[in-house]
Amino acid sequence: MNAIRNFVDKIKPNFQKGGRFEYLHSTFDAFETFLFVPNKTTTSGSHIRDYIDMKRTMGWVVIALVPLLLFGMWNVGYQHHLSHGVTATLWENFFFGALKVLPILIVSYVVGLGIEFMFAQIRGHEVNEGFLVSGFLIPLIVPPDTPLWMVALATAFAVIIGKEVFGGTGMNILNPALTARAFLFFSYPQAMSGDKVWIAEKADAYSGATALGKLLTNEPIESLPSVSDMFFGLIPGSVGETSTFLILIGGLFLVITGIGSWRIMLSVFAGGYGLALLFNLIGPYVAPENTYMAIPAYYHLIMGGFAFGAVFMATDPVSAAQTNKGKWIYGVLIGVMAVLIRVLNPAYPEGMMLAILLMNVFAPLIDYYVVQANIKKRLKRFQKAQLATT
Amino acid sequence: MSEIITIKQGLDINLLGEAEKVIQPVESGLYAIKPPDFIGVFPKVLVQEGDRVKAGTSLFYDKYRENIKLTSPVSGTVKELRRGEKRVLLEIIIEPDVQQEYEEFGKADPNRLSREEIIEKLLSSGIWPVIRQRPYDVIANPADHPKAIFISAFDTSPLAPDYDFVVNGKSEVFQTGIDALKKLTKGIIHLNLKGGAGKSSVFSGIKNVQVNYFKGPHPAGNVGVQINKLDPVNKGEVVWHLRPQEVITIGRLFNEGRYNAEKIVALTGSEVLKPTYIRTKVGAVITEIIRDNIKEGKVRFISGNPLTGTKIDKHGFIGFYDSQITVLPEGDYHEMFGWALPGFKKFSYSRTFFSWLHPKSRKYRLDTNFHGGRRALVMTGEMEKVFPFDIYPMQLIKAIITEDVEAMENLGIYEVAEEDFALVEYIDTSKTEIQSLVRKGLDLMRKEMS
Repeated sequence: MNAIRNFVDKIKPNFQKGGRFEYLHSTFDAFETFLFVPNKTTTSGSHIRDYIDMKRTMGWVVIALVPLLLFGMWNVGYQHHLSHGVTATLWENFFFGALKVLPILIVSYVVGLGIEFMFAQIRGHEVNEGFLVSGFLIPLIVPPDTPLWMVALATAFAVIIGKEVFGGTGMNILNPALTARAFLFFSYPQAMSGDKVWIAEKADAYSGATALGKLLTNEPIESLPSVSDMFFGLIPGSVGETSTFLILIGGLFLVITGIGSWRIMLSVFAGGYGLALLFNLIGPYVAPENTYMAIPAYYHLIMGGFAFGAVFMATDPVSAAQTNKGKWIYGVLIGVMAVLIRVLNPAYPEGMMLAILLMNVFAPLIDYYVVQANIKKRLKRFQKAQLATT
Repeated sequence: MSEIITIKQGLDINLLGEAEKVIQPVESGLYAIKPPDFIGVFPKVLVQEGDRVKAGTSLFYDKYRENIKLTSPVSGTVKELRRGEKRVLLEIIIEPDVQQEYEEFGKADPNRLSREEIIEKLLSSGIWPVIRQRPYDVIANPADHPKAIFISAFDTSPLAPDYDFVVNGKSEVFQTGIDALKKLTKGIIHLNLKGGAGKSSVFSGIKNVQVNYFKGPHPAGNVGVQINKLDPVNKGEVVWHLRPQEVITIGRLFNEGRYNAEKIVALTGSEVLKPTYIRTKVGAVITEIIRDNIKEGKVRFISGNPLTGTKIDKHGFIGFYDSQITVLPEGDYHEMFGWALPGFKKFSYSRTFFSWLHPKSRKYRLDTNFHGGRRALVMTGEMEKVFPFDIYPMQLIKAIITEDVEAMENLGIYEVAEEDFALVEYIDTSKTEIQSLVRKGLDLMRKEMS
């Protein structure tokens, strides 16, 4: 350990101002602080500081996502072999899936972090850890067969247009990972939707439609996968979104550690469930032929990307509402919008991505009104005090 | 009256090295008044090196408010006017006499004095600066009529002195101090005590005050929180606040007719061999106080508590307003993969370190390392968990960063001071220097409004 430290100290001057590799300063700093917590001490203000930092925070979000990645890899293999009618062992399934998913993960990290490092260097900043999570999310929300060049392009788009042009980490309006997903969705719809993309190297004869796809075409409820398959994730879909069970465990983990906002998670589920219930009630009167209205309300929460979006996407602290009251409103509206798009929009079977992106845009407005209420309250108190003195 | 107000948002940081309840008298070889302790004061010095002073002799006055002056806590010889960069006056150092002499200000019963006479006595003796005001948290303006005076008689910050112990046996002189303060406001004097303990406190017999009880974690003992809950400061309003030992100093002025700068200070922190209470005087050098009582290794000396105190060196002086010296280990080391280790000994408000599995009463040895690099303000909802004000902390901080005076006023800057943001700064993931930002905002606001 000391030997590594000594080595780092020895090569450090090369990367500092005036050094030979000054242009790699931010990169060096990122690797140094990855290896060692800096020795910087406080000078004024609070002399002691909490042990938590951005690395710890982002690191724990990644830990919450790891089970989803591993399960996703296995499920990619499982769905593939299922479509071909082949029985495969756990390891065969996992190996097949890993070969599909790992390259996406690597491309996402290499492209995204490369751009982040460049921008940090140009700005003279330290590299922010936010992309460790974004880069991990991207492979989880794309279909398993997504071509790598598309992943690279979408990641670059998300980091540059979604984040850096706004001033970098902490300044972006939209969730970067979802920006990448939306870019793919609108640029390459044939690779992102339909019946063919959700199972890797699917056998032609096998129907690869997701539950949402079936509902869009008003197939009967009986044609949907079983509730337990949908809950535990043994269904086709984007790599990491299928297992509601593991998503909830990850969510619980984030809530207990204090990283994720339970307000947002809870309110997204509540909003979605509430509107779905309402559709159940009015469905028979307004649109009896629409099976999407008739399915049990909780189906919405375990189908598609709803749970994944609620737990890992809507809770992104930068693009979500920032006030606690605002988080409730923001969350409920995401849930409502997602179900609204699913049920009433004839073109899109899934509404979660658009619902979150839409509310990302509206989050500052929600916060504005929440904060205004506080300001008005203070102003009222001031006026009352003035009346009392005159 | 006197219901218990419960504070929910906050955090008690349990550190090793709480002072044992024994008072040791220590004679210090030097004393100093430090102009930087007084925010916004521009010192005009009245003494030169070599001058003889008594306890209560004026050392300097404020260029902007000439009636506010600071006096010597001891009699002796002015040893040095220590200056820093750009010749800023940092310390007026006095070598004390063996036999103490005092300037006489005359004994008096404050109940028989007028408001003007009391103010005059406090100003001329140099005791006035113990009274501070909100907004801006600066020395009170004698021309103001505060709507109320607040005294927090308990301190919830880490390792803070126990005022019930410190004031014990001094209830009478404390009462004299209260009687003097009573003449300064037409409003209420709020005496805020720790609620829920149930036992009778040395403060419970005090008259001319409204007793309020507060319960909950730090910052329940911060006067800013108490003001916010009892009678928040509106634009244009002023409240004054002071601490129990400062009330006693005022009381002594009237009972003894002198500036008696005696004060009890808690010597605390994990690096102190025997943490204890010390009887000393305002501005004492810590050399004798810490002698043979500090553990080996690189340590930091803090005048005040770990959250809001001032860094001093081992021959530094106790700050004018401080009743605590804290000694912590310095954190200038590299920790390999520190951010990734389980962290059973790493205290954190979040549950991202396994230290949360320990019982809450467990005490920690925390050092001065930042534990991470400076980052953008990313996490939200974090500050609110330790900020029991009806104020949006993140929005206020952003208004300060952008120097948006109107937004600062709207968001409640008049109600806060740096110390109210100390916990916010402590838990902040982005490692932003929040307290100095808040001070910057307060100074800007004060400039705009004057």
